[in-house]
Amino acid sequence: MSLAIELRHRRGTFTLDLRTELNGHGVTAIFGPSGSGKTTLLHAVAGLLRPDQGHVRFEERVLFDAGTGTWVPARARRFACVFQDARLFPHLSVRQNLLFGTGRRRSPLTKQAFQELLALLGIETLLPRAPNSLSGGERQRVAIGRALLSDPDLLLLDEPLSALDPARRREVLGCLEALRDSRGIPMLYVSHQRDEVARIADRVLLLEAGRCVAEGAVGELLTRLDLASRFGGAPESVILAEVIDHDDAWGLTTLHWAGGPLQVARCDAAPGTRVRVALRAEDLLIALAPPEAISAANCFPARIVELMEAEGPWMDLRLSCAAVHLVARITRRSCARLDLQAGQEVFGVVKTATLLS
Amino acid sequence: MVLTAAELEALLLSLKIALVAVLSALPLAILVARLLARRDFPGKLVVDGIVHLPLVLPPVVIGYLLLITFGSRAPLGAWLLEHFGLRFVFHWTGAALAAAVVSFPFQVRAIRLAMEAIDPGLEEAAETLGVGPLERFRRITLPLAFPGILAGAMTAFAASLGEFGAIITFVSNVPGETRTLPLAIYSALQTPGGEGLAARLAGLSILLALAGLFASELAARRLRRWTSA
Repeated sequence: MSLAIELRHRRGTFTLDLRTELNGHGVTAIFGPSGSGKTTLLHAVAGLLRPDQGHVRFEERVLFDAGTGTWVPARARRFACVFQDARLFPHLSVRQNLLFGTGRRRSPLTKQAFQELLALLGIETLLPRAPNSLSGGERQRVAIGRALLSDPDLLLLDEPLSALDPARRREVLGCLEALRDSRGIPMLYVSHQRDEVARIADRVLLLEAGRCVAEGAVGELLTRLDLASRFGGAPESVILAEVIDHDDAWGLTTLHWAGGPLQVARCDAAPGTRVRVALRAEDLLIALAPPEAISAANCFPARIVELMEAEGPWMDLRLSCAAVHLVARITRRSCARLDLQAGQEVFGVVKTATLLS
Repeated sequence: MVLTAAELEALLLSLKIALVAVLSALPLAILVARLLARRDFPGKLVVDGIVHLPLVLPPVVIGYLLLITFGSRAPLGAWLLEHFGLRFVFHWTGAALAAAVVSFPFQVRAIRLAMEAIDPGLEEAAETLGVGPLERFRRITLPLAFPGILAGAMTAFAASLGEFGAIITFVSNVPGETRTLPLAIYSALQTPGGEGLAARLAGLSILLALAGLFASELAARRLRRWTSA
């Protein structure tokens, strides 16, 4: 996918002014606080909003160009949207909702493809139901199915989890992860929740007050100390790893990542599967030498890239381990005691119990 | 209650005129309601005012305006007669036209309210699924506004059945042609010894009104079940 965007749009005192080029497959998160212009940007890409100035180009196709007056309406863009509030058609059954946009498919929908998607989203049993009899999570999964069945070139998601309670959020997020991993469809994912971005995104576009503040790979951006406050909460690292094998006797799984093997609690993914592990900055220990006689099972070498004082007694460290960036939060006192400096080689130590995959 | 030939004639004529009035005005009512519900355009206030005018104008004035517009010697009326053979004056089609004009605001109001209640986000969602405006209207707007359309049509039907002033002014009181139930009651009261007939016709009107109320309540119940299913 390649999506080139240059926009200037004014509404009252708010101005969206950005220029970016999004390339590659996978999920690009548009992250920012409310009022930062995320939804406006998404609507401009979708064709639901015509910006004052600029252009939008997808692959080789010009969708909008204020200079030449080009404007492709939303219905002709082949982008499907999943909205915050699902927007299922209340007078149609779940099945009719799912099939609503199939008219524009390039190849006819096969029964098998339909069943596969239903299984992936876990909505096989909902087909005859009416939308207003569904739970919020079910509704959102049906909305995702409806969007995908219209055979879009790009899936646009506008805070699809924000109206859900934590249990439903996990359920829908799981579906989106499965989708990202099993299908090649690129997604633009608007969110203001850091944990969502950590789990789902490959790349992140960080917006603030209508401008693009930073852009890059998710593991890179989420570990940038200067951006930590913008993402909200304590920083967190995203480790991309591959499942090596399971140890049923001990209930453990061994993963492999750039820093070597990683032991986590037994997970269901088959060997060879790529998984993400989130590591909170508070849970990463720093040692000057590989510790012996310690319960923590994971230890890897790393280099300190940057140190930054955080609010309270904390010191945030950005580490690099074979080009993967990690963040650690320790006390300033520990930092002084170990005399940690930028450029120093240290060891990261992680307890299995703190790793969430 | 067995009806005499004259009574049956007035009843059937009333039903025919009301039905034709409602059905022929319905497409235009849906179009105007859609325009008022979803679009902002210069002169919207004027259109809105014209649509509602029949509600506040004396029916006699409407009859008069129809007469000077669609009368056989009026330019538009003459043109329609010449090119389409459409005749209004002294004719039941004229009565239907008068009833349609008078009941038009009822249709537009109900349909417009129903359309305004539809979440515009649903149409946006349909749009991003690649569905064009006409098909969106057919697959989203019409079915969702259907309860309102039905309610508007029923109210307009009742108003058409009861219309008196506009019909008598425009197309006069011709037995078998323009003499609907209200006109027949009026005529009976003008005739010496016609009180009995007037009473029977009034009873018939009451029965008809009750039947209409029941029908609309039944339809509303069925719709409620349908939308909350």
